[in-house]
Amino acid sequence: MNGWTGKILHINLSDNSHRLEHPDHNTYHSLIGGKGLAGSYLEPFVTLPWNDPEMPLIFMTGPLVGTASPTSGRMCIMSRSPLTGTVGDASVGGGLGFQIKKAGLDGIVITGHSKNLCGIEIVDDQVNICPAENLAGMQTEPLYTRLKDKGSVASVGPGAENGVLFSCIMVDGNYTAGRNGLGLVSAEKNLKYLTIKGSGTIAVNNANNLKKAREDIFRLISANPLIAGEQGLMHYGTGAMYDLTNTRRMMPTANFRKTVFNMATSMNAHAYKQKYSPRRTGCKGCHILCKKVTDNGMHLPEFETMSHFSALLENDNIDIVTRANSLCNELGIDTISAGATLACYAETEERTLNGKEILSLLEDIGKGRGIGRELGQGSWRYAQSKGAPDSSITVKKQELAAYDARGAYGMALGYAVSTRGACHLRAYPLNHEILRRPVATDRFSFAGKARMIKIAEDMNSVIDSLTACKFVFFACSLEEYAKVYTAVVGEETTAHDMLALGERIYYKERIMNALNGFTQKDDDLPARFFEESGSSGNTIEIPPLNRQDFLQTRANYYKIRGLDNNGIPTKEKATELDLKWNNS
Amino acid sequence: MEQLVNKYAQKLIKSGLVTPDSFILGALDVTLTWSPCPTSKTREHSASAFGWEPLLPSLETIFSALNINSLLFARPTEPYNSIIEYLAEQNEHMIEPKDCETRTFLHDLPIVRSFDPEQIIEKLKNRKSVIIPGHGIITWGTVSPEQALVFFSSVCFACFVKFFSDHLVHSRTGNVSQKEQSVFDKAIVSLNPLPEHPPELMKGPFENEEQVYRAICEAGRKTVVYQLVDSSFGNISLLHNDNLYISQTTSWLDELGGCIDPCPMDGSTCAAITASSELSAHREMLQRTGMHTVLHTHPKFAVILSLDCEKENCEHEGLCHIKCTEKRFVNDIPIVPGEVGTGPTGLCNTVPSAIEDHRGAIVYGHGLFVLGQNDYNDAFKNLLAIERMCRDVYFSKL
Repeated sequence: MNGWTGKILHINLSDNSHRLEHPDHNTYHSLIGGKGLAGSYLEPFVTLPWNDPEMPLIFMTGPLVGTASPTSGRMCIMSRSPLTGTVGDASVGGGLGFQIKKAGLDGIVITGHSKNLCGIEIVDDQVNICPAENLAGMQTEPLYTRLKDKGSVASVGPGAENGVLFSCIMVDGNYTAGRNGLGLVSAEKNLKYLTIKGSGTIAVNNANNLKKAREDIFRLISANPLIAGEQGLMHYGTGAMYDLTNTRRMMPTANFRKTVFNMATSMNAHAYKQKYSPRRTGCKGCHILCKKVTDNGMHLPEFETMSHFSALLENDNIDIVTRANSLCNELGIDTISAGATLACYAETEERTLNGKEILSLLEDIGKGRGIGRELGQGSWRYAQSKGAPDSSITVKKQELAAYDARGAYGMALGYAVSTRGACHLRAYPLNHEILRRPVATDRFSFAGKARMIKIAEDMNSVIDSLTACKFVFFACSLEEYAKVYTAVVGEETTAHDMLALGERIYYKERIMNALNGFTQKDDDLPARFFEESGSSGNTIEIPPLNRQDFLQTRANYYKIRGLDNNGIPTKEKATELDLKWNNS
Repeated sequence: MEQLVNKYAQKLIKSGLVTPDSFILGALDVTLTWSPCPTSKTREHSASAFGWEPLLPSLETIFSALNINSLLFARPTEPYNSIIEYLAEQNEHMIEPKDCETRTFLHDLPIVRSFDPEQIIEKLKNRKSVIIPGHGIITWGTVSPEQALVFFSSVCFACFVKFFSDHLVHSRTGNVSQKEQSVFDKAIVSLNPLPEHPPELMKGPFENEEQVYRAICEAGRKTVVYQLVDSSFGNISLLHNDNLYISQTTSWLDELGGCIDPCPMDGSTCAAITASSELSAHREMLQRTGMHTVLHTHPKFAVILSLDCEKENCEHEGLCHIKCTEKRFVNDIPIVPGEVGTGPTGLCNTVPSAIEDHRGAIVYGHGLFVLGQNDYNDAFKNLLAIERMCRDVYFSKL
């Protein structure tokens, strides 16, 4: 087998047992790996409560991980989301995927519930489940420092142990499987950490063809201003997006009550560069290196964090943003949901939080103290409890990222229909609506957006299954990655073959959500976007979204995706895609 | 979608690469929209000349087999059609032009010998275009019909450049076939003469941003009108106060309104992350020379001559675009290697030093850069003069 190792490790924490599974050839080829393959392990259990001991927590790599393929250091973590109740997954970088592959595994499926807090330590084919009671409450950075000699480290922080619904899994200290509250699934299993170290290599079918395909991708990356340009990701990290969303008047500000932040020019990536003189770093197997770290090892916030801890909270102190980022990582909580939940809290309190309050509230959330215990349930539950549901800007109870839906209509639809709650990455229409790639589309129009979103969701399902980085697709397409995949696994595959697999993977997620009762009523946006304007100016009008246009486009999306009027999968489409679905 | 597909249909006609009756452009959201509309009575007569009507069911089969939202089927105007037909005769499975657009974005141009949907689908699953001799070219998009237009335009440009540069080599080595000569003779008849004089453009120095935007839009538009670039290629900038105003990536030079990024020279914002991939090269050129405007287009004969090298047994053969170390010129204009963008082999490392003491610089297989002191008048004059010179040199070499 090339690309894949052919082995999945199953660990049951209830009885400390483990076994190896060898999926068949067809399983790999039809599901690719990463998100696709992980979904097949979640599906049989997806209707269980997220905290049921049988609910799997899945760490899954893709066939390109550990090879010379560009951006081959990512992987997928999946379970049922405690925050949303939907399929819950996150693509994460660092070195974890690489070590899983080197240990001879494609993935690890963890079920059961340990009696006491434990850790899993894997070295090649040796699996040890170790007591970890002494690590209870330990923050992620000291934990990483303590464990890093054991290989790559995935861990949860105090946030997960204290029941935060948006707690995350931290990989190698600063790489975050951030969304959907997957850290809480780990904590529920009493699993504090996983370490893994391997010594194997990944077989590649045709190294020369891989080299050629890799050169084509590097050429496209070099030609792409968003990645390699002097203001692009390679130079400024993801913070390069910050000025753009503000000048396009789509920067969520004051809990989405405004869309421009007047202090943005002093809080942008350039300001971070001036203040911290960071160097580049990034995931294993990637030459883009979009993360920023200071000489003393402090990781700087990425775009979403920069935006939500400044504009969304109307905070103009760059130090507070940096400290909030570090604190969230230490506590193991998602910065997007944390920032947006604090913004919701500020709105319900009818005031602006000062920097000291922002930091102390984050501590309270992560440590389960006072008001932090309520805020740790996320903005939707908090706002409901306060009788102010409109102040929670969420889809399927998950907070929106740092792109206002009124500033890009494809993004609006993408947020609404995403299978994991508000997610900018499922379809990532930012590419064409703002970044002009592969060509520019009209961001203030719904025309054609239904199919664009559907195709992009299919494509991103492939990317998350391979598992590659979405940023590289600012420059290239599946056309180039199909060549990489073919070179690695040895079976001739085209971009459109892969898109067909992506469609099937995504449709299965719709099925899993439908099994848990999700319908069109959940594929919707907060009322604020339909009722209130954004901050117009500089010849750019930001009107409210037209409700009828949105609903018509969503209805079009359902038809194109093969769903019924209620957003539910149909037997016909499921059969066409060779998926099981009995809608009765 | 109807509005969108009609917009790009008009743009395609305006480009001169097709005639109103030699293409059909489709876009799909919930329903499939064709432009021109197949049921339009006014279309019926002219449609039969191109012959797409009987192929419509096949086109719809192709559409439904691919996860796309737009499809263009077109027979290009002359000389492109004859050139592409000829190259397709000479190459069994694919055409492999050496220009930068093909190398970077299209990779190669596959050929299918009959209008068989299954074969066409197989090729289009791998590539952005397919050439069907006797019929035309099919391209597609997953985001917008604009993609299909850009790919179609790139195929035409790449084949034109390949044919003329191959012909130069064949002519020098005495290997021009009768058929090739006949296609060449036909092609040069359809070449439009270059305008005698450059246009009168807004005069600088400019006092305010509003003038800057207008000057850039005007110069961009004129380069297209003067056929010095196909409109989806090229970029343009102007230094005013402390900002470099530069066209956005993937913008059309004849539609620059709203597509110009002001980029602070001190890099204090990243708002120009959407700026042209050649931002670094533009800035470096202006800083080195003290000039204020840059115009970069893809004039065909400058590109063709850049590919023409007589050196034999070169150690860098096949890698000329990144490795060439020869001092090459078309008369006084240097030719340098360099890929698009800012990578280690990017043209930002080669063009700025090359253009310092010259009227312009040509990038191998790619295009021409020219500079202007305060506005675009001198830049445009040089652009036109250099392309005319390249055309003259080309024919003098035959």
